[in-house]
Amino acid sequence: MTDRFTMDEPQPRLLDETGQGVIGTPMDRPDGPQKVSGTAGYTADHPAPEGMAHGYLVRATIARGKVLKIDREGAMGLEGVLDVITDPRMTRNPAQGMAGEAPVQPADAVHYHGQPIALVVASTFEAARDAAQRLSVEYETEDAAVSPGNTRDTEVDDPETAGDFDAAWDSSEVTVDLNYTTPSHAAAAMEPHAAVAQWNGDAVELRGSLQMVRFNKKELADSLGIDASQVRILSPFVGGGFGSKLGIGPEAVAAAIASQKLGRPVRVVMTRQNVFDMILRRSETAQHVRLGATRDGRITAISHDDRVSNLDEEGFAEPVSQASQFLYGADGLSFTQTVARIAATPAGSVRAPGEAVGMVAFEAAIDELADKLGMDPLDLRLKNLPEKHPMDGRPYSARRLADCLTEGAELFGWDARWEAGSRREGDWLIGMGMSSAARSNVLVKSAARVRLTGDRAIVETDMTDIGTGSYAILNQIAAEMLGLSPDRVEVRLGDSDLPGASGSGGSFGASSAGSATFLAAKKIRAEIARKIGCSEEALTLQKGRARGDNREADLSGLVTEEIVAEAEIEGGKTAESHFSSGFGAHFAEVAVNEWTGEVRVRRMLGVMSMGRILNEKTARSQALGGMIWGIGTALTEDMQSDSRDGHVVTRDLANYHVPSHADVPGDMQVVFLEERDDWANPIQTKGIGELGISGAGAAVINAISHASGHRIYDIPALPDRVISSFGVK
Amino acid sequence: MRPFDYQRATSFDDVSAGQIIAGGTNLLDLMKIQVMTPDTLVDITRLEGLSEIQAEGEGLRIGALVTNSALANDARVRAGWPLLSRAILAGASAQIRNKATTGGNLLQRTRCPYFYDTSQACNKRTPGEGCAAQGGAGRMLALFGTSEHCLAAHPSDMAVALTALEAAVEIRSADGETRQVPMHEFYRGPGDRPDIENGLGKGDLITAVILPSPHAGARQTYRKVRDRASYAFALVSVAGSVAMEGDTITQVSLAYGSVAPHPWMDHDVVQLLQGETASNALFERAADALVPDSAPHPDTDYKRNLLRRTFIATMRQLTGPGDTAGTDIARTQG
Ligand SMILES: Cc1cc2nc3c(=O)[nH]c(=O)nc-3n(C[C@H](O)[C@H](O)[C@H](O)COP(=O)(O)OP(=O)(O)OC[C@H]3O[C@@H](n4cnc5c(N)ncnc54)[C@H](O)[C@@H]3O)c2cc1C
Ligand code: SF4
Repeated sequence: MTDRFTMDEPQPRLLDETGQGVIGTPMDRPDGPQKVSGTAGYTADHPAPEGMAHGYLVRATIARGKVLKIDREGAMGLEGVLDVITDPRMTRNPAQGMAGEAPVQPADAVHYHGQPIALVVASTFEAARDAAQRLSVEYETEDAAVSPGNTRDTEVDDPETAGDFDAAWDSSEVTVDLNYTTPSHAAAAMEPHAAVAQWNGDAVELRGSLQMVRFNKKELADSLGIDASQVRILSPFVGGGFGSKLGIGPEAVAAAIASQKLGRPVRVVMTRQNVFDMILRRSETAQHVRLGATRDGRITAISHDDRVSNLDEEGFAEPVSQASQFLYGADGLSFTQTVARIAATPAGSVRAPGEAVGMVAFEAAIDELADKLGMDPLDLRLKNLPEKHPMDGRPYSARRLADCLTEGAELFGWDARWEAGSRREGDWLIGMGMSSAARSNVLVKSAARVRLTGDRAIVETDMTDIGTGSYAILNQIAAEMLGLSPDRVEVRLGDSDLPGASGSGGSFGASSAGSATFLAAKKIRAEIARKIGCSEEALTLQKGRARGDNREADLSGLVTEEIVAEAEIEGGKTAESHFSSGFGAHFAEVAVNEWTGEVRVRRMLGVMSMGRILNEKTARSQALGGMIWGIGTALTEDMQSDSRDGHVVTRDLANYHVPSHADVPGDMQVVFLEERDDWANPIQTKGIGELGISGAGAAVINAISHASGHRIYDIPALPDRVISSFGVK
Repeated sequence: MRPFDYQRATSFDDVSAGQIIAGGTNLLDLMKIQVMTPDTLVDITRLEGLSEIQAEGEGLRIGALVTNSALANDARVRAGWPLLSRAILAGASAQIRNKATTGGNLLQRTRCPYFYDTSQACNKRTPGEGCAAQGGAGRMLALFGTSEHCLAAHPSDMAVALTALEAAVEIRSADGETRQVPMHEFYRGPGDRPDIENGLGKGDLITAVILPSPHAGARQTYRKVRDRASYAFALVSVAGSVAMEGDTITQVSLAYGSVAPHPWMDHDVVQLLQGETASNALFERAADALVPDSAPHPDTDYKRNLLRRTFIATMRQLTGPGDTAGTDIARTQG
């Protein structure tokens, strides 16, 4: 029986008392050896099932219209080709995160250039790709706006407000009124999307590269028009997701359809170009930030309006101003979003949706306000931390933002900061910049099962490990709770037959699936206490031994029959009474070439408080990775599309520039400040996967301005943009 | 990828049987996306005598199969032609350079994204089809030497260095004749046949690159500006070798990369600099002569300013005092 737990009140800190000494340690990930030796079963690496065929997705090459005719016969004549499949169940694009239902199924309609319109199946991948390439398709085309600046189809949301922004703005003594742009971004996970489908009677098993198995199961079932009980999804290893694998993708639905039609297993692996064409991007943004303050630096007015884009019928809109709504207080705040509907690769969640680009503009504007006030940007931030959530008055559950800012400044040597544009080394101008970091924290319904036999435990949940370290931290939670060495614990993930968890997304996986594991293990502790005859409170479980009330026993002798415990957790009243978010501060030092406009980050520091750290090593990797994304956002990443037909122009990793090693300085430091968020969940954790990116790009952008004395408004700061910011020939 | 025959050349006579493949780092990518669809590949990597770097007079004879890594790391190259070494190391990644060859590098195709996307019209891929880059996204396109049929730039770094170093390409034709073509005559502009990029005929094999002796005492550098610090093609690059007597420039050779369908040279700029006293004013004047008044595509307009500034910065480095903190410059030895 599953215990259900709702997070209605702050929870005691049991993990601080257990004393096995595993939680928080920088334990190596147990799946590491498999990964580095190439034996981890990533979808397309998994041994091919008997008789498997290969599918290749054919893309539309018009922006909008209709497929009139596909020359199936021509393609069928090519060697190795087994079928050319079009099917009304095929999907236009991946499902949005947590949709739990089928994405748009456009039948013969084309909604964007790059949309999958058919699947060619052949005996080899090469033959399928060749046939897809040669396939002749007749279209009826329609006119369509493909860029947000050109479409008349826009939706302007009602402003989200607190206080009276207009009045506050009008009476502000010092103001900045600034416009920024950021381009589309690709998640660019290393592993391209892939799926292998196989039917057994009227049930389908799908091995895929997916982040949210519990939802993906429903999405696939709904797409195929079958019941969720007929679907099993396996996603034990995911080679990076960053949001791009939240929802079921067209490769998975097409593989299932093809496998059903052909009566044999079918594998569909996207090429890098497919990924760029068909997988949800982060929307480009146009942002308008207005800040007002009193002359002595109290912020009085905050407005952050944005325009993002998406394809028709997609519910997602990049929540650009998310963090701007709770970082600083003001008398009046106002946030308005506009969504432009365009015929282009649709937009969805990419790592830290909202903050990743919103904070770059917002925190750059805060810096510019500090400049105008003649204040140190650090002091301006410290001076304006609100007591409560400025929009709804909720208290913060745990917030060490001020500590992050001051400790970061101290560690980084912020007080040695010089006048903007005044320091050079040869042709290089040197500058320092900083930014606050924030990423709101949530708990998502999750279940897990823990089994204990003797001193061996197994954790089972459909949670995924997308390279983040779920295998490690769920092991550590169970080991800590049950007093076991981690090598006595096995973690099984990514199988929809296991208890349903949050999946990996929104940085909530570790907290949500971790809490479920914790609760299941806690149930086992109660059972052990009962067995040795002590109260649960008196029980200590350490090194495979149970003790309490002067009784003790080895688990190996005590638990001769398997104890199975399952628990489920859900958010509750604490989410209404308190506002939970990770906080931090980013610092960067850059060199800007005064001739060529090249920017090199020389060192970076992130100081973060994000609740209990479950594994110091995997947490650090997340933070570092986020900061590197910040470098990419500030300096290199720029997904371009054609202004006539909307097709993605940067369709490979030679043209879409994620930071290379040389873009990342050797001196990248991450410091965690000790914190427990009792209102967040029973393990006192917060999300950490996205805080590292939130604000990191702004620190780099602010450092560039400090180095050169000139501001950048169009991001990324590519060499030519930096030169033009100098305002000279 | 289309099915193809694979043959391994064991003698020079086998070469004309199909499309040559050396390291395959460019050709295979283009075959996978079916921008190039050869019926037959002739693997030349087992041919003998093409993998050595040999002294030839005061210069070097670099076999066509010498890998980019081997060439960049050769002690003689590093000492005498550091500009070449730097240019190669500024390109691609270590893994690619280990595989890429000297001949293949010269013949790598453009990185115009429309050339790579078979849903887009491209005269270089299919002559007469049109050029979708015009009116499209064109950050990587050229500034000079384009035609109305094609605006693409040549992406090689190594070729720019070889041009500045006045190297020549040694070619063996199908009938066994060998000829040498100076780098600045090796490529041809797009004209109305942008698919034809050089003077190689059917069955022609690049056998070597001949590198003449470096100018004694010259300073050399290769300055590449790109959208990230490594592993990106140049936006613009400048290869330069300058010898000075006191403040006077006694010898200068320069080539510019990623601004034209081939490494770009400008004799007027060299004339302007030669024999003159190095000064910012001189470099400004030379930059005025170098940079065109307009760009063939709005997206490459930035290259005018970027080229100008990169040129001046490079000349300052090559002629300035020893203090060049944060820059990459090398002085030739001997
Ligand atoms: C991601 C990526 C990034 C890159 N970045 C850069 C960069 O920054 N700067 C840069 O300069 N380059 C860069 N390159 C290109 C790289 O340098 C070339 O791919 C490489 O030099 C080609 O050499 P290869 O031997 O592999 O040629 P192949 O791919 O084998 O051949 C290329 C062409 O040359 C022909 N060919 C080869 N050898 C001969 C010969 N001896 N005689 C006649 N014809 C011949 C082939 O038929 C083919 O048409 C990059 C490549 C990639 C994939
Ligand atoms: S610029 Fe040249 S390579 Fe690019 S699309 Fe036009 S013709 Fe093709």
